Amino acid sequence: MKLFKSRKTSALMSSPYIAWATIFIIIPLCMVIYYGITDSNGQLTFDNITTIAKPGYLKALIRSVELALISTLVCFILAYPLGMILAGMKLKNNSYIVTLFILPMWMNFLLRTLTWMTLLEGKGVINTILDFFHLPTMKIINTPGAIVLGMVYNFLPFMILPIYNSLNSIDENVINAAKDLGADNLQTFLRITLPLSLPGILSGITMVFIPALTTFAISTMLGGSKILLIGNIIEQEFTQLYDWNLGSGLSIVLMLFILLNMIIESVSSKKGDR
Amino acid sequence: MSKDLITLEHISKSYDSQLILDDLNLSIYENSFVTLLGPSGCGKTTTLRIIGGFEKPDQGKVIFDGKDITNLAPNKRQLNTVFQKYALFTHMTIAENIAFGLKIKNKSDSYIKDKIKYALKLVNLEGFEKRMPDSLSGGQQQRIAIARAIVNEPKVLLLDEPLGALDLKMRQDMQYELKRLKEELGITFIYVTHDQEEALTMSDHIVVMNQGYIQQEGSPEKIYNEPENAFVADFIGDSNIIRSTMVRDELVDILGAKFACVDKGFGENKPVDVVIRPEDVELVSPNEGTLEGVVTDLTFKGVHYEMDVEANGYEWLVHSTKLSAVGTKVGIKVDPFNIQIMNVPASEDEEAISETV
Repeated sequence: MKLFKSRKTSALMSSPYIAWATIFIIIPLCMVIYYGITDSNGQLTFDNITTIAKPGYLKALIRSVELALISTLVCFILAYPLGMILAGMKLKNNSYIVTLFILPMWMNFLLRTLTWMTLLEGKGVINTILDFFHLPTMKIINTPGAIVLGMVYNFLPFMILPIYNSLNSIDENVINAAKDLGADNLQTFLRITLPLSLPGILSGITMVFIPALTTFAISTMLGGSKILLIGNIIEQEFTQLYDWNLGSGLSIVLMLFILLNMIIESVSSKKGDR
Repeated sequence: MSKDLITLEHISKSYDSQLILDDLNLSIYENSFVTLLGPSGCGKTTTLRIIGGFEKPDQGKVIFDGKDITNLAPNKRQLNTVFQKYALFTHMTIAENIAFGLKIKNKSDSYIKDKIKYALKLVNLEGFEKRMPDSLSGGQQQRIAIARAIVNEPKVLLLDEPLGALDLKMRQDMQYELKRLKEELGITFIYVTHDQEEALTMSDHIVVMNQGYIQQEGSPEKIYNEPENAFVADFIGDSNIIRSTMVRDELVDILGAKFACVDKGFGENKPVDVVIRPEDVELVSPNEGTLEGVVTDLTFKGVHYEMDVEANGYEWLVHSTKLSAVGTKVGIKVDPFNIQIMNVPASEDEEAISETV
């Protein structure tokens, strides 16, 4: 399809987007890299990046990866069966299912996370109810569990939708063909359904793991100031300590981490559809 | 004599209160090529899915080789299906696709390797082992789907409009291919299609279905030459179907002219439907014919001319190798053997249920 008559017109039409990408993506990225590899005097240094190896920082990174992995796993365990149930319903009009999952996102995510604060607090809604029935109250807020809960709650739709889409696009006769050739339900699932839904699983994992790894809002609200994730530390460097160089250096480390994650996923997805 | 391999007894099935199959009875002989033929929505695919085990009938039994398999899961049945649109496993190579059923049955690697080779040779796609399904044409994918099914050595192969997605030339090639496969394998094929030409070309036995009922079953020749009702006559090939009166045995009044025929037992002065195939209408000079008419339209069809002849208020469809120009006065003559008399259905419903035994 040739939408524009000449190269000139198409270059002209795409220029706003190129300008946008340059101003808001490429220049800031260059600035992050510049700050990341210089010190406050503008001298070239790798100290900002190697700071990640220092105990406090490394601990935050490991904890971030840990919680992000747990959240991703929980999301997957919750989303896959749900995706299968939804796809199995063979809804003629599945747009309202999609709406149902998008609906919570109409409300600002900080607001929703704040709601969890009031639910989980020491004297919050859940403990008040437990107290009412003379059950022992629980310490929920400011624990890693609360952060995982917040992440799962916020990012679950991003896992469900791609999995549901990939499961829904599997031709029913492909499943029938597997059974026709003698496979029982488990064999059909392991050899056909699961591999065919792999692209959806992988994009779900990416969509959950990356925001979970970099979040600082959820950990600030539900983790108090006690549980610092790498996102919190970077945020503090910028907003409280005004050390842009260190903040940028740590950001670069995080970006490399995400890049690595995406490379691993794209390799395994290529293997998947060989 | 060949024996019954599959028997459907009093099968009924409905979806959401819509009746798809109503008290269907059908016997399928061992080692035959049976075609279920009918328009979309006639219940032919549902019948096939019930035999395959993908649907459970609301009522009735499916007997396979003397055993009741009505409630048996598809993976436990000794038959395999070739699905519409192939349904290949897109994440596996051709070899893995074909090996799927054998691996499930824990066959040895060398056995599987031999079988893959044999099956690919059978469908003329040798050397395709390492290819992915997406890289194959529609016709090739369909052959792989067939190969994947037959390596399991089923007693019956079910084919659900397998040629529907192919272009005309490919479809004709595949028709002969399927016929050859059937001969080489010596198993039963149950084939579903809405294409009457496909059915006539390949089948030993055709079952014409409409609205959940079997309209007529028999050999292709019988279905074509002796349709039992207007639906079958109309669905299989072109035909002139004319409401007429049976004067007495072996004499029928068609559009006011008396034609000799060979049918008996319809009574005297009874209304009947008459079927005359367009190639059986002879055009002669006006005074030699039983009926007089005028050619109103002429089309060259390659092998023959197709003409419309207006006679006594009916437009006759005529196929002939001899040309009669538009406006020519002609006589219409029909050999008594080529006049097929059918009972007039009392109502629309009866037309649907006039079943054969």
